[in-house]
Amino acid sequence: MSVLEKAFTSPVGRKVAAKAGLAEPPRLRRGRTYPSGPIVLAALGDSTLGADTLTLLGRPYEAPVLDSGDDPVPGYGDRIGALVVDATALTRVDQLEQLRAVLRPAVRGLEGAGRIILLGRPGTGDWEQRSVARALDGIDRTVAKELRKGATSNLVRVAEGAGPEQLASTLDFVLQGRSAFVDGQTWQVEPADEVAPHSQRPLDGRVIVVTGAARGIGAAIARTLARDGATIVAVDIPAAGESLAAVANEVAGTALQLDITAPDAGARIAAHVAARAEGIHGIVHNAGITRDKMLANTDAARWASVLEVNLVSQMRINEVLLDPSVDGGLLSGGRIVGVASTSGLAGNKGQTNYAASKAGVAGLVQAMAPDLAARGITVNAVAPGFIETDMTARIPFVQREVFRRSNSLSQGGRPVDVAETIGYLLDPASQGVTGQVVRVCGQNLVGA
Amino acid sequence: MNHDVVVVGGNRTPFAKSGGPLREASNHDLLTSALDGLVARYGLAGTRVGEVAAGAVLKHPRDFNLTREAVLSSALAPETPACDLQQACATGLETTMYIANKIALGQLTHGIAAGTDTASDAPISVSDPLRRILLQASAARSAKARLAAFAKLRPSHLAPLAPRVEEPRTGLSMGEHQALTTERWQVTREEQDEIAVSSHRHLAAAWESGFFDDLVTPYLGLAKDAILRPETSMEALAKLRPVFGGDNGTMTAGNSTALSDGAAAVLLADAAWAKEQGLPALARIVDAEVAAVDHPTGADLLLAPVAATGRILARQGLSIADMDLVEIHEAFASTVAATLKAWQDEDYCTSVGLDGAIGTIDRDHLNVTGSSLATGHPFAATGARLVPTLAKLLHERGPGSRGLISVCAAGGQGLVVLLEAV
Repeated sequence: MSVLEKAFTSPVGRKVAAKAGLAEPPRLRRGRTYPSGPIVLAALGDSTLGADTLTLLGRPYEAPVLDSGDDPVPGYGDRIGALVVDATALTRVDQLEQLRAVLRPAVRGLEGAGRIILLGRPGTGDWEQRSVARALDGIDRTVAKELRKGATSNLVRVAEGAGPEQLASTLDFVLQGRSAFVDGQTWQVEPADEVAPHSQRPLDGRVIVVTGAARGIGAAIARTLARDGATIVAVDIPAAGESLAAVANEVAGTALQLDITAPDAGARIAAHVAARAEGIHGIVHNAGITRDKMLANTDAARWASVLEVNLVSQMRINEVLLDPSVDGGLLSGGRIVGVASTSGLAGNKGQTNYAASKAGVAGLVQAMAPDLAARGITVNAVAPGFIETDMTARIPFVQREVFRRSNSLSQGGRPVDVAETIGYLLDPASQGVTGQVVRVCGQNLVGA
Repeated sequence: MNHDVVVVGGNRTPFAKSGGPLREASNHDLLTSALDGLVARYGLAGTRVGEVAAGAVLKHPRDFNLTREAVLSSALAPETPACDLQQACATGLETTMYIANKIALGQLTHGIAAGTDTASDAPISVSDPLRRILLQASAARSAKARLAAFAKLRPSHLAPLAPRVEEPRTGLSMGEHQALTTERWQVTREEQDEIAVSSHRHLAAAWESGFFDDLVTPYLGLAKDAILRPETSMEALAKLRPVFGGDNGTMTAGNSTALSDGAAAVLLADAAWAKEQGLPALARIVDAEVAAVDHPTGADLLLAPVAATGRILARQGLSIADMDLVEIHEAFASTVAATLKAWQDEDYCTSVGLDGAIGTIDRDHLNVTGSSLATGHPFAATGARLVPTLAKLLHERGPGSRGLISVCAAGGQGLVVLLEAV
């Protein structure tokens, strides 16, 4: 820790910083916890999707307070924990007023780390309908920026034909502390067959391979998935074997020392699993490297190594694991989760190679998803923003503090925030979520 | 044997020269690390393993229950029992047979055999006069009496006594004994240096190919064997001065094993149980034979495995030609050379009670991933390094492949184990 950082984090430094406008960031709610205040459901139009899904989740809900349009604004009395707006029936611009009328009292009465959750439709139908669908996105992003004290807003687009069974895992994830660092995001739920019932220990008995599991985000992924019942196969390069073994032993999984760029990496993962289990229920391609340089100084080796580790190796591994003739491969109904990055989605100075690989991951999952739908395999990615890890701890303090605060939650995310989002995507109940890239960035100011 | 015993797999720390990268680790630390890596590889965390047997040759008195204490420090369930065994350099092989025999008899479904040694943290003892002074001082009832005891202390009393690696009955170090064998069997410098170069080349190639990815777990930041010199050559070795056998000796630091730090462990199981548990099986432990020679009256100290090899092959109705791979522990390059010569020597073989010469093997089938010269030789760990290494090699060659491990030990002893791939 530098002298400057020590001074800044000392009690006196904190007071000075607070006076200068750098207040302590809000405490986020984490884990499998619900808001402490009541959940309010506002069904706009005649949709029952939101109500049915909350009922399926066993979460009671209350009726919304509506704003008349004038001052004073009617209040909720006590703070509310969450507002779920079922806006799936909205098709006209003038109906957006109904949304304003439920949002205005709610944003004023929302508890710290509370939730605004908008349920909309994908952009289909006539010109106005598609415009309205996009307008919800603008509302969500803006509400997310205005909310304070660690509260978040997210928009879930529910495609026609997807019902409460398909939506349940997503709504539960967003309501719970698991989505702490997911803010201002929009993603989609599709119709799907054979959706597993909702569970608080959804990965029981499921074999999940996690690459890059020896430290940082990968280790948090292993721990979080093990908490949810998964049997972890922890993979990392042989040189990281000591910490890999510690992680594997902590989660009572197995360690597989393996360079994922080896030509036989996929076959070795399959062979490791084949002896022990029927096959793989999910793989998390978390392993990644950075070789940062401005493009003007990026040589072919820097370029190739990052693309090889971050993108090509997982394509090669997927190919093997998706071959139905391979023992120990990915089972039907399995899950593939990639790890993209906001650097890839938004671009980041000095990271052309990294951005190429991470945007490539986003493209890859979107491309694979429809092709694997027939086998019940979902393919998604998370895109972390600034996460507090050993890697980001090496960024100089002032720059790091700027990165931390450049999002709607005014803080860096934790590895567990990425892990929880991955856990949600791996959930057998998330069958309707595929081809999605969910950012875990606290609504970072940069990026699409 | 009633139950088939299989080698599930193994794990070891990288090995290093004493005083090197692992110098801060005690036997307890090294053994715990080897166990934890094995536990992680086979998903044994929090489970009760039937029994863990391990040992160390250089052992502190405080480590009287070394293995049990390491188990308690490891990720294994604390209900896992353990015991310490010791048979000098054959310790890791003897612990293997102890566990294997219990499994064969149906007393265990599975167990871990291991060995560890650190020459960096060897037990240093105090001189006899200092010991007497300390005892006297501690028994003293007054400060004056205590002072009187310490007044007898002389600087020379303070020199620590390092453990001596010499045979108590001959006063010769192991290297000096091997120098006699080297001369008797007319092993040339060139033969020895060739064995050393081949050991380094083979080990380097094995590391390069990823062979050790599932046999070694890094420790204290060391990811690879630190003694390994991939670039070593006959020319480089030829420059070294002899260290044993006088000025005209042929044994150098390059063709003798270095004092080393490291630990190794092997997971053994009943074949049927392993299958039930979804654990892999590399090779079956077929048989073992231990032998000793009368070195105080002049027998070659490190050639005891020759008799053991002849006896085990005879008992199994096999010949040395039936072995697809052979591991002869490289205590010294000349030990390997003399062993191979002895195998072919009718007179020697009959003199140790065999029916005739054992025969010869293709050098391409000997120590194919290198042995102790390049890897290092933490005494008690070597056997537990060899078993999973050979088991994996045999498994790669296919079911039915046979292999033999020959390990010499201090006291004129030798232990030989037969494996067969499943």
